[in-house]
Amino acid sequence: MTALVIRGGHLIDPAGGADGLKDILLKDGRVAEIAAPGKLKLANGAEVLDATGLTVAPGLIDMHVHLREPGQGYKETIATGTAAAAAGGFTAVAAMPNTTPVNDSPEITRWMQAPERGAAVRVFPIAAATRGSKGEALNDYAALKSAGAVAISDDGRPILKENIMREVLAAAARVGLSVIQHAEDTRLTQGASMNLGAVSFKLGLRGMPAEAESGMVERDIRLLTEMRDTRVHLHVAHISTAAALNAVRQARRAGLRVTCEVAPHHFLLTDEHVGLYNTNAKMCPPLRSAADRDAMIEAILDGVVDAIATDHAPHAIHEKEVEFENAPNGITGLETALGLSLRWLHKEWKMPLGRVLSLLSAQPAALLGMKGRGTLAVGSFADVVVFDPAAEWTYRATEGKSKSRNTPFDGWTMQGKVRWTISEGRVAYANPA
Amino acid sequence: MNSATTSVRRQLDTPPVPVSPFPYNPGSLLSVMDLSLDGVSHLLSRATALESQDPLVRSSILAKRRVALLFYESSTRTRTSFELAAKSLGADTTLVSSLSSSIEKGESLKDTGLTLRALGAEAIILRHNSSGAAWLLEAATHLPVLNAGDGMHEHPTQALLDLRTLLAHLRPGVEAVTADTLAGITVTIVGDILHSRVARSNMLLLPRLGARVLLCGPTQLLPDLAADAGPGIAIERDFEAALRQSQAVIMLRIQAERLAGMQLDLDEYKASYQLTGQRLAAYAPSAVVLHPGPIIRGLEVTAGVADGPQSAILEQVRNGVAIRMAVVERALTATEQGGRA
Repeated sequence: MTALVIRGGHLIDPAGGADGLKDILLKDGRVAEIAAPGKLKLANGAEVLDATGLTVAPGLIDMHVHLREPGQGYKETIATGTAAAAAGGFTAVAAMPNTTPVNDSPEITRWMQAPERGAAVRVFPIAAATRGSKGEALNDYAALKSAGAVAISDDGRPILKENIMREVLAAAARVGLSVIQHAEDTRLTQGASMNLGAVSFKLGLRGMPAEAESGMVERDIRLLTEMRDTRVHLHVAHISTAAALNAVRQARRAGLRVTCEVAPHHFLLTDEHVGLYNTNAKMCPPLRSAADRDAMIEAILDGVVDAIATDHAPHAIHEKEVEFENAPNGITGLETALGLSLRWLHKEWKMPLGRVLSLLSAQPAALLGMKGRGTLAVGSFADVVVFDPAAEWTYRATEGKSKSRNTPFDGWTMQGKVRWTISEGRVAYANPA
Repeated sequence: MNSATTSVRRQLDTPPVPVSPFPYNPGSLLSVMDLSLDGVSHLLSRATALESQDPLVRSSILAKRRVALLFYESSTRTRTSFELAAKSLGADTTLVSSLSSSIEKGESLKDTGLTLRALGAEAIILRHNSSGAAWLLEAATHLPVLNAGDGMHEHPTQALLDLRTLLAHLRPGVEAVTADTLAGITVTIVGDILHSRVARSNMLLLPRLGARVLLCGPTQLLPDLAADAGPGIAIERDFEAALRQSQAVIMLRIQAERLAGMQLDLDEYKASYQLTGQRLAAYAPSAVVLHPGPIIRGLEVTAGVADGPQSAILEQVRNGVAIRMAVVERALTATEQGGRA
């Protein structure tokens, strides 16, 4: 493998403790050397990327995406989804198992990672907790883990039965995997297509109450409390309500291993953004009230939130051009997460750049136990994003790499333009100025 | 970790909600909010003018223009009155209903709309079981779309014909409405508010003319947050207390088709919310009684009230034709400057 030098950039590596001008040598898929500008010793013959004026950071890690393969290649493929990831600065994505068929087997887990899929960046499958994600029979987590699964989840199909959830948590803990719960008591959300509130009433749409989320989070936390097993790790996917966040906050104070992620749309948008039935503002959990949205921002700023994850959920145009209540849930997110996070968390709300980047790389890497990722310390994987932190640009969904266009952020101003995304030493995306 | 729950929330600038692109077509009537008060006044005066016009003269206004009625739900009043209204103005109408068309074969609303446009439809009148369907159809076709009821959301022509009925009783002779035309008037809407598009259109329109709207019903059918739908709306769960304050009462049908598994004790409902002759005489002896129909006699109203002297139910039906003539005329003659609110 060829060697690559990233020269003159400002390295920000929160996990590795670096924050300054550095030259970086990538070799054989790893970070080989980091030195003051012009001081690399081993860089002979290496290709050079000039990162003057740019920020160099560990490649971003999205712990919650839907790549739609196997089975729904018309929405997205592993190739197009990871191309979108690379364009958004991501070098690793954790792919949810709600594919067709459901990823509940080592065979599918391996299939998703096979070179034939043409992935631009690393795909880490998250395997289904139960057979067919039906919430009944547990899968073989040890086998799934050795096939490459990094976590367990029935995302989109919450595990309602208490005894099953308890078994899932215990079995996953035995093999050292986290359980990611899509917290939604579906008994309270039948026929609902947006957040329950004044807006849903006004639009004549059935609403999902905040308690459908917080009640499930509280139940899961109670299970953890009862289990008294410190190995058990519950991760709450795409948290969206203040009440659920409070439950997580309290569980953490009580010393439980409970973590959570927030999607950019939940810290930026409210149910008002549904507007007049914009199906590109329909997802699950739905856009919530302004108070919930503000609670997401607070929790990100004060450190309760462990990761920013996109819940990238591509759908074909014809699937979204239907009556609001008939449209599928989900929006794309891989190509907007960094631009929105920098524009709002960093620029507008003054969160230090290193902390924003940590939520998008080091912290999700730690949550999923990805060794050698989320940092650029010497010896780590050469997963790098190089971006222009000052560049403002307008996102156009039609110019994206994803196969789908279902985003509420079309036309939004983004901060920070990705110049290069490097996956294990290979340039996966390049857009030099 | 800080305890952010107790900390003072800092002032954050957050992204603005984008401005709605609707309506695309100045002739569309998707929501009562599409109309300015001048627009409402114009429709009311056109309704009166068209109603009294020589039918032969009237039928030249939209002679041979093509209007499609696209109905995904059954309807008697709305469909017939829209059809009669369009025909009175000389337009050719065609009815497409979900049970006898390619909709049954799985054609999407967008494709059905584009097909009607390709067939020469110049405006589409849509009745649909999904809230927001009229917006989807307008975005897809950019034709003038008249919302004849979308799910649980809106039924703007019903609100306009209810307004015409209310004005005839409470403000006779008034057609040019302003922000205080209905000042001092309380209109109570009773019953299944949650599932009612009639309630939503009325509660958004009437307060703009100065009326106070009281919503009345059990929590199952009237959640507290309904009061936040707009200004001038309040909840009064005690029917008799509401009647005592009202100059007008709009009774609603229990929409069995939208209850979605909700258990409702009808005897209990009747005991609390049925409009009986006794209640009316005791608490609102001079109020005008409206009902959008269909009426279930003996449930939300007794037969005596429906047929009684305070009932304006059949007047509403007559007003429906007049209002819909004005709305259909506007659909096909509105200009970018004049039509838009």
